[in-house]
Amino acid sequence: MTTTTTKLDSLAAPRLPAGWLLLLALLATLPAWPAPIGTEFHLELGVQVLSMVIFALSLQLLVGYTGLVSLGHAAYFGIAAYAVTLLAPASEAGNGWWLLVVAVGSAALLALLVGMLVIRTRGVYFIMVTLAFAQLAYFVVHDVDGFGGSDGAYLYFKPEFRLGERLLFDLQQPRQLYWFALGLFALTASLLGLVLRSRAGHALVGIRHNEQRMRAAGYPTALYKLGSFVLSGGLAGLAGFLHAVRSGFVNPELLSWHQSGNALLMIILGGLGNLWGAVLGAASFVLLSEWFQAMSKHWQLLLGGFIIGTVLLLPRGLVGLADMLRPWLRGRLRPRRGKPTVLGFQHKERTS
Amino acid sequence: MDAITFLIQCLNSLQYGLLLFLIASGLTLIFGIMGVINLAHGSFYMIGAYMAFTLSSLTGSFGLALLLGIPLAVLLGYLLEWAFFSFLYERDHLQQVLLTYGLILVFEELRSLLVGDEVHGVSPPDWLSGSLPLGHDMSYPVYRLFISAVCLVVAGLMWWVITRTRLGMKVRAGSVNREMVQSLGINIALLYRLVFAAGVAFAVLAGMISAPVASVYPGMGGQVLIVCFVVVVIGGIGSIKGALVAALLVGFVDTFGKVALQQAAGALVYLLMAAILLWKPEGLFKASQG
Repeated sequence: MTTTTTKLDSLAAPRLPAGWLLLLALLATLPAWPAPIGTEFHLELGVQVLSMVIFALSLQLLVGYTGLVSLGHAAYFGIAAYAVTLLAPASEAGNGWWLLVVAVGSAALLALLVGMLVIRTRGVYFIMVTLAFAQLAYFVVHDVDGFGGSDGAYLYFKPEFRLGERLLFDLQQPRQLYWFALGLFALTASLLGLVLRSRAGHALVGIRHNEQRMRAAGYPTALYKLGSFVLSGGLAGLAGFLHAVRSGFVNPELLSWHQSGNALLMIILGGLGNLWGAVLGAASFVLLSEWFQAMSKHWQLLLGGFIIGTVLLLPRGLVGLADMLRPWLRGRLRPRRGKPTVLGFQHKERTS
Repeated sequence: MDAITFLIQCLNSLQYGLLLFLIASGLTLIFGIMGVINLAHGSFYMIGAYMAFTLSSLTGSFGLALLLGIPLAVLLGYLLEWAFFSFLYERDHLQQVLLTYGLILVFEELRSLLVGDEVHGVSPPDWLSGSLPLGHDMSYPVYRLFISAVCLVVAGLMWWVITRTRLGMKVRAGSVNREMVQSLGINIALLYRLVFAAGVAFAVLAGMISAPVASVYPGMGGQVLIVCFVVVVIGGIGSIKGALVAALLVGFVDTFGKVALQQAAGALVYLLMAAILLWKPEGLFKASQG
């Protein structure tokens, strides 16, 4: 039993937040870099990447840790984006706190409703039922009056976050929007880190490995899975909120199965069962798409080739590459034993 | 809705359902026998439609294009299995999803490089381009009946091969226990390659014969892929009989939904799937039932 516990321990959550802090600190300095790097274009791109990273992190909890593969995650992302856009006042900036709560709340509520229906199906069937409900949401947004049809809707004024009378962030400013996005990313990552370290997080990983055994051990597994589904949906809503605030525009494509599929691809590409996998996967997916698009009209060929290459060469995703490099790096730098370093996660002690 | 319109809608539903079956049967065969989730299946349909367009404008005859297209499709399937899919059998399903998604992107771009991004139309051969008069003032195109007939013939052929021949027996055995079949001296790798090639050929054939009724456009694969997944899941994954029943069900619900409730037409098929899966979480038929 002890061995199982330690194994789950190492699987569940990053032990050292050092890597995360380093990443955040590095990202926070982006606006201060000189011209070719710290430009408004890159800040805008940064916000885009961060919203996808949050989206991928939310899905990682569900797919990588709980073992529930959802192909309908865009529904929660999209519903939150629509909530902000439609509920914001048309002629002035809305109250950001209120809109944030409503957006995340509506995504979590939808996830609760769908989750209660789908949680008993498994495997490929779970994939397909989540897809079915996402498609239903897509067609509601697409066909029901009041959502703006296939053209979508505009958010003319970015919401304001005030504390008393003081304006906390001015989201019109690219820098402040970027830092705001970074704050949401830090919030998501630390929330997930905490959940995964907790007893409930270990139970989720246990369910992924062997649900029957967890049930036999007295865990109400359906409840845990539902909790994971709702939390994941709510965080996807957070990403959707950020997306709507950044682009100022929503359309039904946000809820389409392509969007759900892309999120799934990001985490598989990055590596499943690893928060870093979601970050690496989402960032490389968005940035490579951008980069290839600038390079060639036929950029999808390059992206497709990259994806195929990753599958054939790196069965564990991009995180697997980091794991392969680590012993080599360690040999180069001064060899350290004991605690895992930056990417220390799902890490077997090596005697190098 | 009078009797004639009803009959026409029924024929349309039947034709759409059978076409869906032709595509979905390949998907369910590949999943049921080899355990591979193939997202690129819709691309084969797209490739088929573009093949019909290219070959019929090169040879000047749609019939000749069909005859040339099928061996090309089998060859394509054979090569793809050898180059990519044979690496995937031992891997996780999600890895397969990722790889086949990469293939979709590659196929779309190769299509764009080779044939361009224009929307094309293909005209059916003369002997199929007429219409059958129905009642006083309605008629039904012969070509749509031809599509249904081709699909029915392929479905019958598939049933015969799988249930009545030695090859079908080996395939069914291979889907149950790969190692055991191999140890009996059967070349399972070759068998899988053939099944995969057949699945690809069905999708390509479906794309080719549907080219004259639906225009040929980029991205046509993605749309059909999701509907086919719905069909496969409703029918029960791996079950060919299930795929047939589900395809017809989806064909009728979609066609009549578009007539009766235009507002909700798109959502109806998914509503159907959600309802069926909540009622029977593993689809209508189990794979072992055929």
